[in-house]
Amino acid sequence: MEKRLQGLIEDFKKNEGNIISLLQETQEAFGYIPEEAIYRFSHELDIPASNFFGVATFYSQFYLNPRGKNIITACCGTACHVKGSDRIISSLKREFSLTGEQNTTEDKKFTLEQVACVGACSIAPVVIINKKVYGKMNSDKMAKELKALKEGEDE
Amino acid sequence: MNKNITIQVCMGTGGIAAGGSEVLAAFESLMREKNIPAEFKKECSMHKVGCRGLCAKDVLVDIITDDRRTIYQYIKPEMVERIIDEHVVGGNPVSEWEVAEDYHKFHEKQVKVVLSDCGNIDPEDINAYIAVDGYKAVEKVFASMTPEEVIDIMKKSGLRGRGGAGFPTGVKWEACRKAEAGQKYIICNADEGDPGAFMDRAVIEGNPHAVIEGMVVGAYAIGASKGYVYIRAEYPLAVERLKKAIKDARERGFIGKNILGKGFDFDIKIKLGAGAFVCGEETALIASIEGQRGMPRAKPPFPVHRGLWGKPTVINNVETLANIPYIIKKGHEWFSSYGTEKSKGTKVFALTGKIKNSGLIEVPMGITLKEIIYDIGGGIENGKALKAVQTGGPSGGCITTDMLDITMDYESLARVGSIVGSGGMIVLDEDDCMVNVAKYFLQFTQSESCGKCVPCRIGTKRLLEIMDRITKGAGRQGDIELLEKLSSDIKAASLCGLGQTAPNPVLSTIKYFREEYDAHLQGKCPAKACREMLTYHIIEEFCKGCGACLRACPAGAITGEKKKPHKIAPEICIKCGACFDVCKFKAVGKE
Repeated sequence: MEKRLQGLIEDFKKNEGNIISLLQETQEAFGYIPEEAIYRFSHELDIPASNFFGVATFYSQFYLNPRGKNIITACCGTACHVKGSDRIISSLKREFSLTGEQNTTEDKKFTLEQVACVGACSIAPVVIINKKVYGKMNSDKMAKELKALKEGEDE
Repeated sequence: MNKNITIQVCMGTGGIAAGGSEVLAAFESLMREKNIPAEFKKECSMHKVGCRGLCAKDVLVDIITDDRRTIYQYIKPEMVERIIDEHVVGGNPVSEWEVAEDYHKFHEKQVKVVLSDCGNIDPEDINAYIAVDGYKAVEKVFASMTPEEVIDIMKKSGLRGRGGAGFPTGVKWEACRKAEAGQKYIICNADEGDPGAFMDRAVIEGNPHAVIEGMVVGAYAIGASKGYVYIRAEYPLAVERLKKAIKDARERGFIGKNILGKGFDFDIKIKLGAGAFVCGEETALIASIEGQRGMPRAKPPFPVHRGLWGKPTVINNVETLANIPYIIKKGHEWFSSYGTEKSKGTKVFALTGKIKNSGLIEVPMGITLKEIIYDIGGGIENGKALKAVQTGGPSGGCITTDMLDITMDYESLARVGSIVGSGGMIVLDEDDCMVNVAKYFLQFTQSESCGKCVPCRIGTKRLLEIMDRITKGAGRQGDIELLEKLSSDIKAASLCGLGQTAPNPVLSTIKYFREEYDAHLQGKCPAKACREMLTYHIIEEFCKGCGACLRACPAGAITGEKKKPHKIAPEICIKCGACFDVCKFKAVGKE
């Protein structure tokens, strides 16, 4: 981690980077933004840590906690909404026993996310499983995909 | 055997989701395997194309032979072999897999300018764009036009910003041209945040070079040497194609130093958005490119005077920019021959929701809503009744069934309390609850409010709380009036467009569907969509006793023996609707 952080800091200095790009690169490297990375950046670049936290909490793309191994993103766009995305989301929550604001399962195998719109409204409702887009989703199709994922996990 | 065959596979986000990559791979491997003579293979080209609008019928495959184009729908990899054997080799199209009349009707009334090359050319091949007169507009302005002449054409064309506000593009450019500064910028706003709108994604995925070309023309007109495309990270395919297009355009000398040897420098960088709807607002977008929290500031000064890094900056939307090459090439008279007196040209709409032919359409401004819904869209899905059409997303309003003759242009929509916006058009049917839809949009704007100004931050929260209790059957007398009062205050006092328009869905639904609000106050959701207001029961004659609902119920409210009708205990039921969702026999009723 040490080496990667140092690399990011040097890139930042060389390319007159900005906080958003730095955090995007950090997240790409670690899957989330570790708190210690922020303090490190703050110290080395002489930028208050609050600026980093400010940006990281403003944009929905940034995560301050590690995410699950499998990421399931349910689209909540308008077309998906009127075609029943909330039913898919609540069944996924039940499936993963997620309550309240929690979105990652205890075993860190699954993370359930919601996105405002992925722009694939013609095939609503849309669910993205590990970056692959699935259109015209329903609970049967969802169950099948989840089963395949879980079997993959067990192997 | 046919000669000169082109096979095109639709591979936008929709096409890929439906299996476009696998279909193209099947064509490639089968053509290799099948011992088809080499000289024929040479004549046969296969490539991917961007979205042509009707994603609901994906995967769409075109086989173009010398004399005709055959379009297949719902193609799966296992169907490819028969198409190759019978059509490509045998010369007889597989007629049962061809698109039906509704596909042609979907396209008949459309007029394609921005989308004219989308779905026909390979978006990842700059030569394909050049072959359809791509970059001819850049060549034309550099060879024979002054920046002032370019601006004059834009003004005469009547092109207005397609991102939502509808500000005349030529006027914006002129203001920036006149601003004195050593450095100027042009930004392409590809932060398409409206839920339910996806034309910018489709344009970039389908024809990224048109956007780049529009930016070069704009940069020349205003005198900018640097450009940015601010694009959503949620659109990975668009980002990838745009990156390649920028690289290819640079190699060919359409961007970069000394463009076409005319001594003009202009280059483009991509900035990935980090997921904030408010960044569609110009000043917030600028703050985000600068690496800060994307919060808007008060205007004036406008970005054309003080924009990115304090320098004059023009921000144009993707669709706006993609219009520009065609206007330059074909002339402003041609462009302004489409549309109405004040709204010129065409507009791309994302027609979605409960409509048969859901997809991306481009129509001349001034077409009626009726033509869009019934001629292009093919009517409402599943034989249901149309209730309303929502336009303009979270900043817009709804249009009711008795206003279907309304024409689609900036002025007419504003008159009925809606907007063109970025072009989202969501069709709602009798099963949709208007109060619920308004609450949905408000939830969105409330969570996307940046928090800088009080009316928006706190106002939308309070609005949402009222909407929330109404949809849970806990509304109070006077709530509707309270919504109206609070809405008008938020509109008047918010800093930027987000807050100023956030109450629109609420106001518009109160105006046209007040009876639904009244019904909710009396404890009834007429469309049976607001879960918390319903009670669930098992319809005994349909129940097979399969136990699916019993297993799904998180509250343990359902009991019953196998193969005998089950029962829901109303005092334990938490009204989550899980039983309704899982029942395959329609045996769960809701009242």
